[in-house]
Amino acid sequence: MSANLSAVAYLIAAICFVMALRGLSSPATARRGNAFAIAGMVIAVLTTIANPQVIGYDLIILGMVVGGAIGTLIALRIPMTAMPQLVAAFHSLVGMAAVLVAAAALYAPEAYGIGTAGDIKVASLVEMTIGLVIGAITFSGSVVAFAKLQGLVGGSPVVFFGQHAVNLMLSLLIVAVAIYFCVSQSTDAFWVVTALAFLIGVLIIIPIGGADMPVVISMLNSYSGWAAAGIGFTLENTALIVTGALVGSSGAILSYIMCRAMNRSFFSVILGGFGGDAGASTTKVGDKNVKPGSAVDAAFIMKNAESVIIIPGYGLAVAQAQHAVREMADLLSAAGVRVRYAVHPVAGRMPGHMNVLLAEANVPYDEVFELDEINNDFATTDVAFVIGANDVTNPAAKRDPQSPIAGMPILDVENARTVLFVKRSLSPGYAGIDNEVFYQDSTMMLFGDAKQMTEDIVKTL
Amino acid sequence: MEIGVVDPFIFRLTIFVLAIFIGYYVVWSVTPALHTPLMSVTNAISSVIIVGALIAAGPEEITFSKILGFAALTLAAINIFGGFTVTQRMLTMYRPKR
Repeated sequence: MSANLSAVAYLIAAICFVMALRGLSSPATARRGNAFAIAGMVIAVLTTIANPQVIGYDLIILGMVVGGAIGTLIALRIPMTAMPQLVAAFHSLVGMAAVLVAAAALYAPEAYGIGTAGDIKVASLVEMTIGLVIGAITFSGSVVAFAKLQGLVGGSPVVFFGQHAVNLMLSLLIVAVAIYFCVSQSTDAFWVVTALAFLIGVLIIIPIGGADMPVVISMLNSYSGWAAAGIGFTLENTALIVTGALVGSSGAILSYIMCRAMNRSFFSVILGGFGGDAGASTTKVGDKNVKPGSAVDAAFIMKNAESVIIIPGYGLAVAQAQHAVREMADLLSAAGVRVRYAVHPVAGRMPGHMNVLLAEANVPYDEVFELDEINNDFATTDVAFVIGANDVTNPAAKRDPQSPIAGMPILDVENARTVLFVKRSLSPGYAGIDNEVFYQDSTMMLFGDAKQMTEDIVKTL
Repeated sequence: MEIGVVDPFIFRLTIFVLAIFIGYYVVWSVTPALHTPLMSVTNAISSVIIVGALIAAGPEEITFSKILGFAALTLAAINIFGGFTVTQRMLTMYRPKR
C-alpha cells in the first residue's frame, strides 16, 4: 500500500472514531457509534498490516489471538459493578503499550523512518519522550487506581510529610534526564526516565481518596490519550494523533465535569488528601434524634405515595442492590406510583457509574434523570428514597461555607415530603461530615444493608 | 523570514489541534448517562497505538524491538477486544421504556 493510500485510510479511521463519540450523544445511536469505532480500528490495523515493512506475521497473529481472547473473556465476565476498576486496568494497558512502542522506536528507528539507532531526529526524540513519560505515568497511576478500586489497598489517601516537594523534585529530575536523553540518545537514560515516570505515577495517585476516584479515572483516561498522541507524533501517524487528541480532550472534559460536580478545583483533587478521616466533622452529632423505621413502614409509605424519586449512590454498587431496587420500582409502578431516579454526576466511582448499573437492572433510561433535570421536582415529590448515597444529598453544601463540600451542587432530597434514607449506620460519608437530613422530622432512617433492606421492602409490597 | 516549505511537523500539529477542538465539541454533546461507555470506548480507540506495535513486530527476524512490539501488540489487543466488547455489553443494556 502506498504511503498516500495509507494516509487516506488512517484519515477514514480517524473519522470513524469521531463518529463513534458522536453516536454517544444518545442511547439510541450509541450502538451504531460503537460499530463505527470498531470499523475505524479494523481499518487502522489492516492498513498497518498492509504496510510493506510488516512481513513477519507469526508474532502478530499470536499477540492478536492471545490478547483478543484475554480481552474478550474479561469483558464478557466482568460484573457491571466492577466497571471502574476494569477501566482503570485498561488504561494501564494503553499506558504500558505507549511505553513499549516508544522503546521499540528507540531500538529500531529505521522501521518508523525517524533515523537510525543512535542517530534519531531530535524532534522525534522529544515527541517520543513526551509519549513515554505520559504513558508511564498512565500505567503506574492506573495500577494504583485499580488497586484502590479493587480494594487491594485501602481507599483512603496516603499522605506523608513533604509529599509535594518530593513530587516536584522528581518531576524536575525527569525533565533533566529527559533532556539528557534527547541530547545523548543514551538507552540507559531512556530507561531511567521510564522508571522515574513510573514512580511519579504512583506518587500522584496515592494521596487521592476513594470519593475522588471519578476525577482520577477521567484524568488517567485523558493521559492515555495524550500518551497516544505523543507516540503518534513520533510515528508520524495521523490516526494516532487524532485519536490521542479526541481521547485526551474527552478525559479532560470528564475530569472537569466531575470537579464541577464536587465544586472542587482540579488542583485540589490532584494535590489529594481528601476523603479520609482527616476532614473531621465540625457539626456536633450530640443528642439529635433520628427516626428509625422498618421495611414495612417504608413499603407502606411508598405504596401510598403518588411519586417516588430514588437516589442511588456508591453504596448501591457495593451492595449490588440495583436489581432489588428495580424490582421495588416495578411493584410501585404497578401500584400506580410514579417512580423516577435521580443521579448525581459523582455518584459512584466513575462518571456515569450509576446509569450503567441501573441499565443493567433493566431500568429504562428515560426514567433516570440528571441533577439539573430533576432537582426542582423534589419539592413536589412524596418520597425521596436515598440508597447508598450520602454526601450528594447533604444540605451543608449550601448552608455551611466552612463545610468541606461547601458549594457542591446537591440533590435537594430534604424538600421531599418524606425522605427514606437507607444506610448501615449514622456514620458520615466520605467527606467526613454529618448530614442534617438524617435528623429532619420528615426523614425516616432505614438502617441495614442496602440490598437486604430493599428485598424486605419488596417482600412487603 | 525566508519563504520556504512548511515543516511536516506543523501539519501534524495543525491536525492535532483541530482534533482537540473536534473532541471538545463532540464530547460535550455526549449524554451524561453514557459517560461510562464513553470512557470504555475512548479507552478502546486509544489502543489504536497498536499501529506502532504492528510496525515494531513486523520484521521477519527476531530483534529486541520486535519483542517489544509483540508485547505492546498483545496489551493493545486485550484493550481493543476488551474495550469494544464491554462497551457493546453496556450499550445493549440501555433501553427506553417499553
